[in-house]
Amino acid sequence: MPKDSGIGASSKRREDVRFLTGDGNYTDDINIYGQTYVHFLRADVAHATINSIDVSAAAEMPGVVQIFTGADFEAVGGIPCGWQVTDRHGEPMQEPKHPVIAHGKIRHVGEIVAAVVGESLAQARDAAEEIILDLTELPAVVDMKDAATGGPKVHDDLTSNVCYDWGFVEENKGAVDEAIKSAAHVTTLELVNNRLVANPMEPRVAVGEYSRSDDMHTLHTTSQNPHVIRLLMGAFVLGIPEHKLRVVAPDVGGGFGTKIFHYAEEAFCTFAAKAVNRPVKWTSTRSEAFMSDAHGRDHVTKIELALDADNNFTAVRTETYANMGAYLSTFASSVPTWLHGTLMAGNYKTPNIYVNVKAVFTNTVPVDAYRGAGRPEATFQLERVIDMAARELGVDPIALRRQNFVTEFPYATPVAVEYDTGDYEATMAKLEEIADMGGFAARRAESEKNGKLRGLGVNCYIEACGIAPSNLVGQLGARAGLYDAATVRVNATGSISVMVGAHSHGQGHETSFPQVISEMIGIPEDQIDIVHGDTSKIPFGMGTYGSRSLAVCGSAMVKAAEKVINKAKKIAAHLLEASDADIELKDGTFTVAGTDKSVAWGDVTLAAYVPHNYPLEDIEPGLEETAFYDPANFTYPAGAYACEVEVDPETGKVTIERFSAADDFGNVINPMIVSGQVHGGIAQGIGQALLENCAYDDDGQLLSASYMDYTMPRADDLPFYSVDHSCQTPCTHNPLGVKGCGEAGAIGSPPSVVNAVIDALQSGGKNVTHIDMPLTPARVWDAMNNA
Amino acid sequence: MYAFEIERPSTIADAVNALKSEDAQALGGGQTLIPTLKQRLAMPASLVSLTGIGEMQGVCLGDAGEVCIGGATTHATVAREAAAHYPGLAGLASHIGDPAVRNRGTIGGSLANNDPSACYPAAALGSGATIITNVREIAADDYFQGMFTTALDEGEVITEVRFPVPEKANYQKFVQPASRFALVGVFVAKYADGVRVAVTGASEEGVFRWSEAEAALSGDFSAAALDGLSVPADGMISDLHGSSAYRAHLVKVITGRAVTAAG
Repeated sequence: MPKDSGIGASSKRREDVRFLTGDGNYTDDINIYGQTYVHFLRADVAHATINSIDVSAAAEMPGVVQIFTGADFEAVGGIPCGWQVTDRHGEPMQEPKHPVIAHGKIRHVGEIVAAVVGESLAQARDAAEEIILDLTELPAVVDMKDAATGGPKVHDDLTSNVCYDWGFVEENKGAVDEAIKSAAHVTTLELVNNRLVANPMEPRVAVGEYSRSDDMHTLHTTSQNPHVIRLLMGAFVLGIPEHKLRVVAPDVGGGFGTKIFHYAEEAFCTFAAKAVNRPVKWTSTRSEAFMSDAHGRDHVTKIELALDADNNFTAVRTETYANMGAYLSTFASSVPTWLHGTLMAGNYKTPNIYVNVKAVFTNTVPVDAYRGAGRPEATFQLERVIDMAARELGVDPIALRRQNFVTEFPYATPVAVEYDTGDYEATMAKLEEIADMGGFAARRAESEKNGKLRGLGVNCYIEACGIAPSNLVGQLGARAGLYDAATVRVNATGSISVMVGAHSHGQGHETSFPQVISEMIGIPEDQIDIVHGDTSKIPFGMGTYGSRSLAVCGSAMVKAAEKVINKAKKIAAHLLEASDADIELKDGTFTVAGTDKSVAWGDVTLAAYVPHNYPLEDIEPGLEETAFYDPANFTYPAGAYACEVEVDPETGKVTIERFSAADDFGNVINPMIVSGQVHGGIAQGIGQALLENCAYDDDGQLLSASYMDYTMPRADDLPFYSVDHSCQTPCTHNPLGVKGCGEAGAIGSPPSVVNAVIDALQSGGKNVTHIDMPLTPARVWDAMNNA
Repeated sequence: MYAFEIERPSTIADAVNALKSEDAQALGGGQTLIPTLKQRLAMPASLVSLTGIGEMQGVCLGDAGEVCIGGATTHATVAREAAAHYPGLAGLASHIGDPAVRNRGTIGGSLANNDPSACYPAAALGSGATIITNVREIAADDYFQGMFTTALDEGEVITEVRFPVPEKANYQKFVQPASRFALVGVFVAKYADGVRVAVTGASEEGVFRWSEAEAALSGDFSAAALDGLSVPADGMISDLHGSSAYRAHLVKVITGRAVTAAG
């Protein structure tokens, strides 16, 4: 019998009631008396010198409150990068200033050049059209290899466009080179991990407020991590101490990584609210989102996989160009390095691995984490090259993977991480079952009868989640700790509010976190509420990204709840006149072990707040505890995915006929929510594999700047998924044994889609070995006809 | 969007009159014009809405059995009301955009705009339709004059479109993945005196007739009749979503599918 509450129950998502009935409170729903509106004048060229900006005519336009340019922000800090990467030669990365408003130079289409604050948005926009820009256009650099090898310089004050040239593990390079030289077989693949735009349903919004009487700043913003924004903006950009800055991220309509980062618009609205002494609101249009939200992926990689005569993997060597865009976004530098290079072992016991990454500045929108962040790029290269190797060697791609699986845990990879636990054979066996691989041949025959080619593609994946052990990431260059925090506040009548550092923007924390507390204490889930998204209410936690909420913040919550329970047991012991060592808590009732003496949870909590009969000499009144949790290791979710496609040989159109995912997430709190997370991740992975492509022309103009040209996955592009998470090897180092599930689908799905298409084309006699994503009909047709 | 006046005439005469004022712009269903205005890419002084004009609404049969559609008739109405008379046309209308587009967009608006990837121009040209305006009748062969260009004069309003009903017809659309406009759309119609094939989405010149296919299909109305024919890639659109060679290839494939589907 499935449980109907607590850990393991598919409790219905309570937050959906307000989301589905229009009762959500999103940032754009916030309107404050006296508020003004800002319209940003954005660059329509990719690279230019700003000779002058004449705002005199614009300032006379009706409804203009104040116009700001880069000069107004000279005394203000730049938007900071949160991670310093050290290059192969021990030098720190090149880190250009990232101004709130462009000053002196424009470096990408969409960069803010001026900001008009007006009584209405229409008036601000009208006035912006009267701003006269005197620009000298400069040649733009868009292609990463051009940028790295001497194209136009994006930042005049840097030595080159290379942010860093990173080698990992540099000391192992010689051994890896040697292993490749002496290998029986080497498969080489050059590929592109296509640039993506996250496109959360809710565009970004910021509302800045300032109270002169108490010098208090408030920023309402669409963020996955309000405390991180407060830290970055307060300490590095505007110089506002924490106690004078409140950051609120209410309901947020999807983040996918792109709402982790601190953006110029947030700093602007906070700064301008004080300058004009009125609230300042900005709501991104979809067009602005395309050219100002940090983009994702955008790697170009050459990967070599070496095998011995028995088809054992002996070495992996990669060279990757990673696009940073024009400036370093908050975590941009960490994505192609520590979130990517450390995963290049995959699920395999390859002994020699060397990863080289050249991060490059170009005249494009900054690139940063997008669902998976570095791990999809690692998975894609590895799982594509393994598939290609299997074809070259004429062996079964699943058998080749199996032969090379890591089977003993803990396993220390040659790329600096230690997998605590896992069972890759179990997820592969489960995948073979749920994907009905035995029936594939018959399905292929049926497709061929209809003039279609059918292919089956498989891949494994592993990811590092639950970021992160602070001491470790500190050594690697992180400029913040990456623990999380929770406060469990028990009210007098026994209901509970849990204040968490994690932020829910689709993940269902308001449902799943109470399930944990309900399980621990034995009171109904509806007696427990989660409070998140407001720095004035929650403890200092680092927010939600990297599939970390439950593994890190959930662990903090468990620790805080344990403290609460221990104290409550002392109170119960007093009330029951017993020793607290003898007190047991079950189903919301404290009992003295081995007796029928008991006291209800609510009576104990009431005693804590009405301490008439209470051991005041030993313990304080009240029942509220906070815990911070810093993980001992990453968590390592892993799994195996299979995709079956049909290809129309006449048009090149690919349709996904079946998609199966067998994941090991460790223990699962809410199976329905976990399935939903996997479904959404796969949709985005299929989007990357078949549909989505952020394209620039050579002048740095964004070609895919709207939904007319940027293809989002729609319902009819996607199949019904078969997902399973019954293979569970619990994480060994966090109290819930959980690993994280938010990114798996996006990480695990693109390689199997591409592998399936290649399989289909080869079954039709086409000698196509690789096609770069997205596999649009035109690209597939081109590949078929050039093969 | 810039400020503008809006007129809502209830007769063609009033609409034509209103369109004489400076920088006036006719507004059909607004499926192209409104997004253009929102992006501040156009600045008309006034919009003259045609959708409230009763005499420009609806589907009926003419004396010669042709299907007559009022210029302000929505795609959804055509899909519904033309189905019994001209299923090929109704089928095309039922797959334009999404339900919201079909319930706002109008046939007159689509033909006046002549987007090179729109569906209706293929139906009009493929059927040899007649475009009726407030001043004249224009044969489809004379009407389409290149991408976003038509025979319409300033202030001229499409009041009705008349479609001769073929023996068989079908429209196949291979969609551009993002916009889901036609990457290549082909309308084939078999009349007693021959077959017409009109192609949208593919050419830099907008909708066009593929005369070699028409000749071949007039002799043998089957996909096999297209064997050996090809469309030159020259002059085909090349963009993010497909090269000119790909579009040229698709014209043949999609034409064959339309012929097969027409039965």
